Amino acid sequence: MNKLNRWPFSRKTNLFYVMLILFLLLIPFFVRNPYILHVLIMLFFYAYLGGAWNILGGYTGQSSFCSAAFFGVGAYTSTLLYIHWGLSPWIGMWLGGVVAVVIGTFIGFLSFRYGIRGIYFVLITLCFGEIVYLIVLNWNIFGGASGILIPLRGNSFSHFQFTSKVPYYYIILSLMLLTAFFTYKLERSRFGDFFIAIREDEDAAEVLGINTTHYKLISMAISCFCMALGGTFYAQYMLYIQQDITLSGTLSIEITFCAIAGGLGTIWGPLIGSSVLTIFSEISRVTLGRYRGMHLMVYGVFVVLIMLYMPQGLLPGLKGAYKKLRGERGKQRDVVSGM
Amino acid sequence: MITPSFIIQIFIGGILMGGIYSFIALGLTLIFGVMKVINFAHGALLMLGMYTSYWLLTIFGIDPYLSVLVTIPLFFVIGWLIQRFLIESVLDAPHLIQIVITLGLALFLENIALFLWSPDYRSVQVSYQEATILLGDISISFTRLMSFILAISGTCALYLFLKWTNVGKAIRATADDKEGAILMGINYKQVYYIAFGIGAACVGMAGSFITPVFFVDPYIGGVFVLMAFVVVIMGGIGNFLGALICGLIVGVAESFGAIFMPGSMKRVLPFTLLIIIMLFKPTGLFGRRT
Repeated sequence: MNKLNRWPFSRKTNLFYVMLILFLLLIPFFVRNPYILHVLIMLFFYAYLGGAWNILGGYTGQSSFCSAAFFGVGAYTSTLLYIHWGLSPWIGMWLGGVVAVVIGTFIGFLSFRYGIRGIYFVLITLCFGEIVYLIVLNWNIFGGASGILIPLRGNSFSHFQFTSKVPYYYIILSLMLLTAFFTYKLERSRFGDFFIAIREDEDAAEVLGINTTHYKLISMAISCFCMALGGTFYAQYMLYIQQDITLSGTLSIEITFCAIAGGLGTIWGPLIGSSVLTIFSEISRVTLGRYRGMHLMVYGVFVVLIMLYMPQGLLPGLKGAYKKLRGERGKQRDVVSGM
Repeated sequence: MITPSFIIQIFIGGILMGGIYSFIALGLTLIFGVMKVINFAHGALLMLGMYTSYWLLTIFGIDPYLSVLVTIPLFFVIGWLIQRFLIESVLDAPHLIQIVITLGLALFLENIALFLWSPDYRSVQVSYQEATILLGDISISFTRLMSFILAISGTCALYLFLKWTNVGKAIRATADDKEGAILMGINYKQVYYIAFGIGAACVGMAGSFITPVFFVDPYIGGVFVLMAFVVVIMGGIGNFLGALICGLIVGVAESFGAIFMPGSMKRVLPFTLLIIIMLFKPTGLFGRRT
């Protein structure tokens, strides 16, 4: 049944996606305001990380709450390599990804090998995240509590530094679209089917002969690798990393919020979730920022309301509401034509 | 430097801290055991309990230990309302939905405290704050001892309540077998309200009696509740005795970790201990096989 719903299933939808991507590509030609560009970059940034989380949490059903740890590993690896050995972050980001995969598979192996599932996996990943945070906080090589400043090199492609926000916009947009495309390919592949089988019923999947530990580890590795790339992007965009930002539980939670609020296990869910949450939080920050804490209060209420009224997430929820609306209209039309 | 009395001193410090962790974990484990919901807003509730006691002392001059009489009923009602209006409608939804809702609630509560009372550290001033009890070479802080005694008596009271009263029996029955309990005529929704209420009352009470020991700020809850999570998993989620014993283990582990690890690294030891235990027994030390 799921197979029928996959795009491209009609010319109209294909055209829609082409238009959407063209529109996103053309935005920097019309929008010159750096603030709006920054909001858009953060929007795609969270959509990208949400998408990376979605592969493990949404498709394979293993909700990790230590995404920030892998994100931070990526950020710190590329930054330390750049500062100490002058290695370009363009190369460092892949090495960061490899380090994150190694740590991620280690954590995953420990958890999956011994049958830690569901809520236990959530809690044990929380603990792993805290361990990574505490190690980075207390080890001087990571800059301690004051963080690491990346030296300015001006506008230089090889140093992954740009004075304008536009290159960053294109980098994060392409990362986000690549993840979406990868998720789309994954959904239609055998791998994806195994992932979904594990999510739906792990015991049944095991009985059917799927090596669940193996596939969960693959899913974890993919997710960690993407997180680490996001970490390098963040480090080069902000040119400053500090463990309270890059490794905090808050970041893990924000990433998770985007993926869950948008719709678990959907290609565009993270983008929808991130768009709604980022734009909402920016608007509330601008309007309520004067009152300390107020905008995060409103944000908390907003997230709770989404979950209470659309537990499936925004994308499936809105789709359902739209179908209902059309269905009712269709009925009305029938009544009219019947008269 | 490391003498026997030093070791005993560290050990007692760990046990006293562990009692507090146990009691905070107790509320969590009760809520999980009955409703299968992990309450991520537990830390925020602890913080509110601390602020309640702080303001009762500052405005009305009520001693933090006496303010327990206010926080217990107050937090019972708060817990009841959380269950009634937030958790009830998503009880059958996947765990993640409940986690996001309680996380959203925590975000809301932390920031309402930030908005109302600013991020300043506040600590109460009471006459007995610096008092210590000397036993030979070993000195024990009076306020820490008091919070330990209150935590243990709270635990015992809750245990007796669950064991002997009708409401307690209904709670245990619902936790064991919801359908069976419904067939026996137990109003499970009512039981859920009460269970969440008790869980919140525990953490509110804990907030009251740790106010003389620790400073309070809007984010203080996170420090305790992460340890409480460790305690809950280590003891087996939903296990009463497990939470009590593992609370003490975690307290002692953290206390000894402080000797040979710098600064906040001491907290790595309980986490590592938990991971090692989970590798051998994924459902916790006292957990049943699922």
